[in-house]
Amino acid sequence: MADAPTPPGSQPATSPQIGVDEWVKRSGERITGPGGIVGGSLRLATRTPPAVLLALFVGLACVIPVLTSNGYVIGVDADTMLYVLLAVGLNVAVGWAGLLDLGYVAFYGFAAYFYAELSSAHYNLHWPTWQSVPLVVAATILLGFVLALPSRRLSGDYLAIVTLFFLEIFNNFTSNGYAWDWLGFGAKHDITGGPTGINNVDPFRVFGHKLTNSPTDYVWVAAAGFTVVAILFAFVNKSRTGRAWRALREDQLAAEVMGIPVKWLMLLAVAVGAGVAGFAGAVNGAYYQGVFPDTFMFPLLITIYAMVILGGAGSLGGVVFGAVVVNVLLEILRTPYQARWVFYAAVLIGILAKVRPWRLLAAFLVATAAFGVIVNEIVGALWARGVAGPIAVGPTSYAKTGFFATLLRHWMVLPAKTYTDANYAYGNYAFVLAIVLVLASTVVTGWRRWALLVPTLWVAAFAWENTLIEQAPTTRPLLLGVILIVLMATRPAGLFGQTRVEVV
Amino acid sequence: MATPMLELRDLTVSFGGLTAVDKLNLEVGENEIVSLIGPNGAGKTTVLNLITGVQKPDSGDIFLGGESVVGLAPHKITQRGIARTFQSLRLFLNMTVKENVMAAQYGHTRATIVEQMLQLPRARREEREINAFAEEKLAFFGERLMGYRWDQPAYSLSYANRRRLEIARATATRPRVLLLDEPAAGMNPVETHEIAELIGKLRTEGGFTILLIEHDMHVVESISDRVVALDHGVKIAEGTFEQVATDPRVVEAYLGTKAAATK
Repeated sequence: MADAPTPPGSQPATSPQIGVDEWVKRSGERITGPGGIVGGSLRLATRTPPAVLLALFVGLACVIPVLTSNGYVIGVDADTMLYVLLAVGLNVAVGWAGLLDLGYVAFYGFAAYFYAELSSAHYNLHWPTWQSVPLVVAATILLGFVLALPSRRLSGDYLAIVTLFFLEIFNNFTSNGYAWDWLGFGAKHDITGGPTGINNVDPFRVFGHKLTNSPTDYVWVAAAGFTVVAILFAFVNKSRTGRAWRALREDQLAAEVMGIPVKWLMLLAVAVGAGVAGFAGAVNGAYYQGVFPDTFMFPLLITIYAMVILGGAGSLGGVVFGAVVVNVLLEILRTPYQARWVFYAAVLIGILAKVRPWRLLAAFLVATAAFGVIVNEIVGALWARGVAGPIAVGPTSYAKTGFFATLLRHWMVLPAKTYTDANYAYGNYAFVLAIVLVLASTVVTGWRRWALLVPTLWVAAFAWENTLIEQAPTTRPLLLGVILIVLMATRPAGLFGQTRVEVV
Repeated sequence: MATPMLELRDLTVSFGGLTAVDKLNLEVGENEIVSLIGPNGAGKTTVLNLITGVQKPDSGDIFLGGESVVGLAPHKITQRGIARTFQSLRLFLNMTVKENVMAAQYGHTRATIVEQMLQLPRARREEREINAFAEEKLAFFGERLMGYRWDQPAYSLSYANRRRLEIARATATRPRVLLLDEPAAGMNPVETHEIAELIGKLRTEGGFTILLIEHDMHVVESISDRVVALDHGVKIAEGTFEQVATDPRVVEAYLGTKAAATK
């Protein structure tokens, strides 16, 4: 006897019938979200209670100085915690209230300078930390209000331009404020120390205990500050002010008409964010025992923005994650042999993740490998010096050992003495050629694009090996930019950001 | 006669050389439903913008319960008791349904940011209150905006439900006067009928005074106590629906002089 067809309505109670309200209600169960390792860890991160995540993160940051005695690693830890604070502060205006505030770094710089002036021989003031830090934070909050006041009627691009203008004024003031002539009375005052900044700034003194200049102490100071800020901000975010900030991010006019004082909330968002920058600035001054005008300039602003955007503007956990990833990545890229790992791993992971079906993937990998080997053989036959360069990996500079090194030597072309003579001409040409090839591959379609991508990859790798890897200061922002572009193309809202819908 | 809930007196505004609203006088009594009709570009939405403070009048005055509200910031006017919906929906699309309604109660909470940061008693109590109030406001719409929909983002709602949510959000500001800008626009006949019933319910159960802009004459006819017709910013007729609908100037404004002549 054949199985009777399942009569309608006899489906298990766990799967509601299509079309009824119950089916709509439980739509969330059918959404799978991103799969694989990335999706799994994203889900795990979003399901874990925020308090647990906070404890884990702060615990990890504080435990690193105990586990290792490597001063460099601890220094990166301290820097990262400072960046985390800055990113969380910027997130208030940018992520929550949706204000494009480009003057943020000026608050950080102002606080660092103010702390330095209260705690150094510059004015011969040596305030105790429990007095100077609260004053610095309060003054920075006040500055936030004052600077936001003239721009409170602005939004979007106009706000960005005006706030950027404030940052430029601040930079000019710190660089040139060593001979300030009050109202033209002729007496010159040294306010900011000029290009050399203010040196020999006192470290923090906490409960009668004077902190050393070791980064370990400041890891703990920054971690304690971050814990407080994270808890306070999490509460604000779910209260009336957080909701009002989100409302004005969505629609300023509608928010105003719904009884929300939009201009006041804009001031508040800038000022609250400035408060965090104020604390971070004081820590900065004490940690580095000096403040310098070059620190608080546009590149720092871009870095903090990159952290907020990469992590997902508006998500507290996201921007913390973004700050950690970006700062650690920038540190890794500082050393060529580490940077090489990041480069090839990123390219390979990108190919493995995006190229489907697997036949195409296999063909593409074989073709790319073959292309390099053939070029290597041809160049080697025609011009022996052309392949004699010291390509390798490993902590000892350019040691020619290991499987990856052997592989790379037979695939890549690096003329002898490229690094020692600083002859980057080939690499620079290849860099331009790689950009041209990338642009060309966006025009062609189908199999031609795949065929074009093979030499594109190789030429990009050639540029990497022949010039970029040796020029870390240029390469770091470049790679950061590439990572951001790729991320924005795949996840426009950032790693942990909520995907926003504008008009539907 | 008692003081009208909402009164416009000689309200005038012009944009460049164009007088959008010209010496408009309008009274809306307490618990009354008045419809504002007129062809496109007659100045109806401009009147709403003037009342809510989004635009400032050149001259004239606006009274809410006898007090002038001209010149106040829009959020102050809302807190005094005038709320509106938008013809082109302006929800907080990426916030949840309940958050939309809770956000509109900002003016009725007082906890400072420090109290919120430390979760002091007043902040927690207010949060509980506006949460309960938001649920009550959403329950007004029956099953439409209830249950699981509370936690869904507003953009996931259907068009008709977004219109309902706009009304719910406006009522959450605890207004005395509700200004509805084409609540039935883009709705099918069944939904239009529901909206008309809903507006009646807003008056009887909610106790609101309602000024309504509407193009759908079935809605206007079924719920209006009085109808005011505008053309080129000038009031051309006022009275019951029958009086206004048969007024030759109204017919002329909608259909042109020739049609009026043949009628």
